Amino acid sequence: MKEKLEKRRVAGADEFGIEPLRDSCCEVPSTVRPTAQFRKQELEKRVVTGPDGIEFEVDPLRDYYCEAPPTVMPPAYIKIVEDLFNWARAESIWILGFGTGCGAIEMRPLMTPRFDAYRYGIQWRPTPRQANLFVISGYLSVKTLKRAIRSYEQIQNPKYVVGLGSCTINGGMYWDSYNTIKRLDDYLPVDLYITGCMPRPEALLAGFMDLKKIIRAGKAEGANRYAENFDWYKANQKQVIHDWDMPDYSW
Amino acid sequence: MRELYTQLNERFPLGELTEQRTDLAFITVTREQLRPLLLHLRDLEGFSHLVLLTAVDWMEEGIFQLTYLLSDRAKRRDLGLRLMLPRDGASMESIHDIWPTAATYQRELREMFGIDFPDSPGVNDEFILEGWTDIPPYRRDFDTLKFAEENFRQRPGRETRDPAQHMKDQLYPDKA
Repeated sequence: MKEKLEKRRVAGADEFGIEPLRDSCCEVPSTVRPTAQFRKQELEKRVVTGPDGIEFEVDPLRDYYCEAPPTVMPPAYIKIVEDLFNWARAESIWILGFGTGCGAIEMRPLMTPRFDAYRYGIQWRPTPRQANLFVISGYLSVKTLKRAIRSYEQIQNPKYVVGLGSCTINGGMYWDSYNTIKRLDDYLPVDLYITGCMPRPEALLAGFMDLKKIIRAGKAEGANRYAENFDWYKANQKQVIHDWDMPDYSW
Repeated sequence: MRELYTQLNERFPLGELTEQRTDLAFITVTREQLRPLLLHLRDLEGFSHLVLLTAVDWMEEGIFQLTYLLSDRAKRRDLGLRLMLPRDGASMESIHDIWPTAATYQRELREMFGIDFPDSPGVNDEFILEGWTDIPPYRRDFDTLKFAEENFRQRPGRETRDPAQHMKDQLYPDKA
């Protein structure tokens, strides 16, 4: 099994052209603790007095976050069962209601009767815990990227990412901007891109239909790719987020 | 506006007046004049609202221009006060005690232009940027494209076309 995974990792790396950005940026600190310079006060160890008067120590990084990196979720033991799972996954796409850029405006008409994405089993959820699809809707500033990473990691498997609009593909009209990322797949595993600036709601619906096909074919392996190349993704993320003040993995 | 300018000029020896519209004018002032002039305009002339406080980077001249735009709702007129600051180690007195909203503008100018406003509340807090390590990005000597190329990996294959020519080629391919 381990050998198989090893092989798969290499194959995946070739397929997606995954390579480190620069040699120097790939030294991921072994600890999950953020560098001292950017430690947030809310993440420091502290003594708290409970409502019953008993004092106890809280270490937020240990008590509130998981320190273990994500793991690869193997497919079900037999193909027909995995196919059944994938069919079920494809028919219940729950989108995280997190609009990162101007593209978020295209999601509103989809929720309402005119385009009505709900008839395809697609709905929007308020928290990452209840969602399985993260639509990065348009340009993503470095500041929002930080929140997007945390939201993505808090979504439970199976989970998918769709990049909406040209900004997520190559920066779009913000190609020379100092505060937006240019390639979303450097930071999060993208399963599908929807082109356009902006894509119309019809384009999004067509994109969701394509995503369903990808999920049913068992090719929407973004979460596993993220787990396999976790160090690579973290190195890329830390290269642009200069004040990394959160745990490396925060689910 | 000219009437107001003449009246003000009797109290404060002002710089040049630029009348943009009948209800919008700009006056160049000195650093010492600014505070008494703002108080005078607010309390006696009816300019009760600070519309915005912004900066222009005149890099070649080595100065920052601060613009304090005031509004007089009753008479429906706007007046901008322009103030020139030396660009090196730019620092200006805070006016947050005259208009509390100025503190937000000053915080922004501190972050985006690097103009310091000592005593302004929270002026050194992060405003929009997080973990910014380069020179302030609105300064004109900040090279946005170079920064983007160094920090973000671009996807290869991006092309730029002249929109007019491209549409001509698309619509009338035989005439191209």
